[in-house]
Amino acid sequence: MYTVGIDVGSAAIKIVAFDGNDYKYTIEPTGWSPKSKGAEVYSRFLSDNKISSGHIKKVVATGYGGRRLDFIDEYKSEITCHGRGCHVLDPSIKGVIDIGGQDSKAMLLNGSGKVLDFTLNDKCAAGTGRFLQVTVNALGLDMDQIDALANNSKPLEIDNMCAVFAETEVLNLIVQGAKQGDILAGLLKSIALRIGSLAGKVDIEGEVAFCGGVAQSKVLTQMVEQYCNLKINKLENPQITGALGAAVIGF
Amino acid sequence: MRAKTMEYFDSLIAESAVKIKEEKEKGKKVMGYYCVFSPVELIEASGAFSVGLCATKQEPIAAAEKHLPRNLCPLIKSSYGFAITDKCPYFFFADAVMAETTCDGKKKMYELMADIKPMVVLDIPNSSVYEKRKQHWMDEIYRAKDFIKGQLGLDITEDKLKEKIKEHNEERKLLMELVALNKSNPTPISGSDLLKVLWGRQFKADREEYISKVKDLMEELQDIIANTDKVKGPRILVTGSPTGVGQEKVINAIEELGGQVVLQEACSGVKGLVDLVDEDKNPYEALAEKYMDIPCSCTSPNTRRFDLTNKLVEEYNIDGIVDITLQACHTYNIESYQLKKAVNAPFTQIETDYSQSDVEQIKLRISSLFELIEG
Repeated sequence: MYTVGIDVGSAAIKIVAFDGNDYKYTIEPTGWSPKSKGAEVYSRFLSDNKISSGHIKKVVATGYGGRRLDFIDEYKSEITCHGRGCHVLDPSIKGVIDIGGQDSKAMLLNGSGKVLDFTLNDKCAAGTGRFLQVTVNALGLDMDQIDALANNSKPLEIDNMCAVFAETEVLNLIVQGAKQGDILAGLLKSIALRIGSLAGKVDIEGEVAFCGGVAQSKVLTQMVEQYCNLKINKLENPQITGALGAAVIGF
Repeated sequence: MRAKTMEYFDSLIAESAVKIKEEKEKGKKVMGYYCVFSPVELIEASGAFSVGLCATKQEPIAAAEKHLPRNLCPLIKSSYGFAITDKCPYFFFADAVMAETTCDGKKKMYELMADIKPMVVLDIPNSSVYEKRKQHWMDEIYRAKDFIKGQLGLDITEDKLKEKIKEHNEERKLLMELVALNKSNPTPISGSDLLKVLWGRQFKADREEYISKVKDLMEELQDIIANTDKVKGPRILVTGSPTGVGQEKVINAIEELGGQVVLQEACSGVKGLVDLVDEDKNPYEALAEKYMDIPCSCTSPNTRRFDLTNKLVEEYNIDGIVDITLQACHTYNIESYQLKKAVNAPFTQIETDYSQSDVEQIKLRISSLFELIEG
């Protein structure tokens, strides 16, 4: 028997099937319609993994689009789900930082993966995955190029509170002839500093998990460690922790 | 189940506008005000109508931004936008406006507003430990009295002022009794309805009618308490920047997600109701004493707010606190950090404005708080 966790984020849909021991997963872009894409990815995932509906105990959704799916049994917030998912992958962690498409978050956990306190970014996109995407696009690059270019670069100062102004800042730096890698490194540093202040707000210190799609960037991970006095325990798959947590909670 | 008497409060603000227009046509003076710091007893003792002014809707903000910076608190922009667009009947009918220096943004906005209406802006002593603050507040109340005489041609006698103090004390006591009904679990009145009753108070044209409707409502709520099965939902206290009718999105989100908004500590809630004016003292001194002790974040330090919040958490069996910070409201924003450390309950701060653009983000914060409460 399985429980299924489905995390419909603004950028990607993550699905995990958990059997009490092991898990299978998939990740696909959300596209324009979270609701219909969610249903489509779900049925494809089940057939690809030969899981019949009779073998599913429960479907737990999370993420912005999760609430709108009509085939789910329960909805849990991303905060709770990321906390649990990270704990399952690494029970030693004390906190979680997550950079999502729309929100960046920090959660303080107890020894069994329950959230004791949390905080999210204020009403502003700075420091979110969306922020990085917009600014990376302003450089004419794709997200998968960031590490290669930012590695060993000298971060320029990019400190605007607002994503739109930060984009303007990037354009100004391009006009001034700054190197792409240095600009990118500057953007990553500004995200690292913001995530550090979020973690500080809920008194997270020591060993933490870093999740969300953006967490795949090695340079950003290093910067979070370097600038925020945190030790990041690398997870085997940081993008699926919300969906995994949802599946585990449902089990 | 919703009390039937709420229908009166649903239409109270709109119908009061018509009544105030009629009174105004008969020659009655009208004085508008914005804030819980305004000593409305003084206005009413002059024989003028005291009326709250519109300030909590998104609609006039675009017009306000022609003169005001965009990254300013929505409450200030909305107040000013209503004033310059004539979209608030209460502002339109007001002969003069009583305002106060609760923050730098408001203070400077009032300078612009003074071109539209005669205004008296009361200077609030911002320090809660300043030894001369009572004298200062009293002088400001005397200055307001002179303004009312000079601007509206209305005299205030000590007897009349004492009479109004008594009336307002009675009203405050009654409203606290109403709020206290929400000590029951489940709460008999929703947070958005309670807001409607308390917010409506500053727009009412007829005190007796309002009071008798509050009493009717309380009777109905007693019945609801007696006839409702116990169902649970996390009991939430809302605090922070004022939440007015028209911008209840956070309260609505809490209730949609199954929470109970038990009461608000904010100035749109019980902040101005918990303390009475001393009826045995010189009325000017008594007014100064009451109003200077309102636990607003504009005073420093504001430890009374932490004490009041903790007291309410205990008395009302609160499971969690939602602290609303309006965007660019620096005092409440900074104080949120202190409040979180000072209170004994799960806590989340929500920074927002009057637009609907962040409803999903707000829901995420609230459902996370609920899940944290459930453990």
